[in-house]
Amino acid sequence: MSHRVRVNPITCEAHGMCAELLPERITLDEWGYPLLDDTPLHGSEVEHAMRAARACPTFALLVERERAPRGAGRTKRPVRSA
Amino acid sequence: MNPPSTTMSEAPTTITTPAARTPGPLLPRLLAGIHAHGPMSLPEHLELHGALPAGARGRRRHAREHGAMLLDEIERSGLLGRGGAAFPTATKMRAVAASRGRAIVVANGAEGEPASLKDRTLMEMLPHMIIDGGLMAAEAVGADELIVCVCESAGAGVESMESAVAERTHGGGPAVKLHLATVPGHYVAGQESALVNYLGGGPSKPTFTPPLPFEQGLRRRPTLIDNVETLAHLALIARHGAPWFRELGTPAQPGSALVTLSGPVAHPGVYEIEHGASLSSLIDAGGGTTARVRAALVGGYAGSWIGAEHLKGVALSKEHLAPHGASLGAGVVLLLSEHACPVAETARVARWMSDQSAGQCGPCVHGLDALATTVAEVAGGAPGARASERIERLASLTSRRGACGHPDGAVNLILSSLETFAGEFADHARHGPCDACSRAPELPLPDRLLDDDARGGAR
Repeated sequence: MSHRVRVNPITCEAHGMCAELLPERITLDEWGYPLLDDTPLHGSEVEHAMRAARACPTFALLVERERAPRGAGRTKRPVRSA
Repeated sequence: MNPPSTTMSEAPTTITTPAARTPGPLLPRLLAGIHAHGPMSLPEHLELHGALPAGARGRRRHAREHGAMLLDEIERSGLLGRGGAAFPTATKMRAVAASRGRAIVVANGAEGEPASLKDRTLMEMLPHMIIDGGLMAAEAVGADELIVCVCESAGAGVESMESAVAERTHGGGPAVKLHLATVPGHYVAGQESALVNYLGGGPSKPTFTPPLPFEQGLRRRPTLIDNVETLAHLALIARHGAPWFRELGTPAQPGSALVTLSGPVAHPGVYEIEHGASLSSLIDAGGGTTARVRAALVGGYAGSWIGAEHLKGVALSKEHLAPHGASLGAGVVLLLSEHACPVAETARVARWMSDQSAGQCGPCVHGLDALATTVAEVAGGAPGARASERIERLASLTSRRGACGHPDGAVNLILSSLETFAGEFADHARHGPCDACSRAPELPLPDRLLDDDARGGAR
């Protein structure tokens, strides 16, 4: 089981809070939208990532937990949205 | 007669060339029996193809068994989706069947690709093949509802589907609830989540996934969305079986396919080919070229160019096109003549693809706009400093960062243009517009505006 960060590009409004709070994983492009390193988070990063997700004004940053394959495909579930 | 390419670019939806076929003893399949005087009626359709297998009319328990057998048969046929992604149809069906809740089947005839006419041709001429396939799909996944989506600008297609649905539902009709929906015609309207969004009363724009439509789609029910041509093949597989289907095509991509051929050919139109047929056989079926060809765009405006020097020997199938970085997509083969300026054409299509963004995701909105601007600067002979580096950087900032695949497709086309027409791009950057830049464009672009189309609710 591993955690990854993901962004909902529809709700993201380029506030940039995530890059402030999780600079080890997130930088901003020239328009202010996040560029993510979405390789599995290290244990200590998970809490930082969740803090960044909670701070996003549009809740566009997600921390997803990947579970073992089930049924048709890989299922991803957000750990916490707010 | 106008040059075909001009006809195409002025009015891409009004090609009246009857659908034809490439020669061969096993073709046509889908297009068998078509006639110029309107759609094939239900009696004509049944006389030609026979009735559907009886499973759908049996008792519920039998229907379920029959559905499972049908799904196995579809899996054995190796049928791949014909909406562009070439995803295995049986895999998608199994996912829908395994999801919780009663499934819905959506026949996708949105066809937002400007260079594709095969779906509307099918809807115009063979509406009962689509309905048959939809009913079989419903049986395979245990659905009780079939919605056929037709692009609202496909006038004759809408009429033909309307009367076919009326023919089917007259006097009781099938156990599956069957109805028709007209959908907007902009580029991303046919994207699966956009279709579900629109059918559910929302705007015709993609949504964030998961949930994917197969697990939670329309009215939160598992929703199977299949291209109308995919379903038409299904109508024949259900009747004749997987081994029959595999008599044509390649191991990785069995069966026949509808291809829209346009550009400088004598008879642009929709042709049924065998997967793996050579490009030159398709061009021959289209009456040969009417001008020297500079390149072929394969797969549509999310597709890739193949330069004239590589066209000889190109075969139309997944495995043959892969080395060229191309795929047949929704069956589009568009030839560009040597009269056209590929740089000006690319600039024009890049701007159109940018305008077709649903406007929801920042990287798509800003990235495609910046790319279109930069390409236009190169085409105009006024490139900024290090324009090619900028295009590469913008491409990587734009691709794979949207909720749907639209930015990826547009970026793919732009990068393919830069590679295929590297010499022309360099000339334009140095010397400005060429003589061909001012000629009438060849690539067809409808003037549909997304804002007009994307409204939700009323229809």
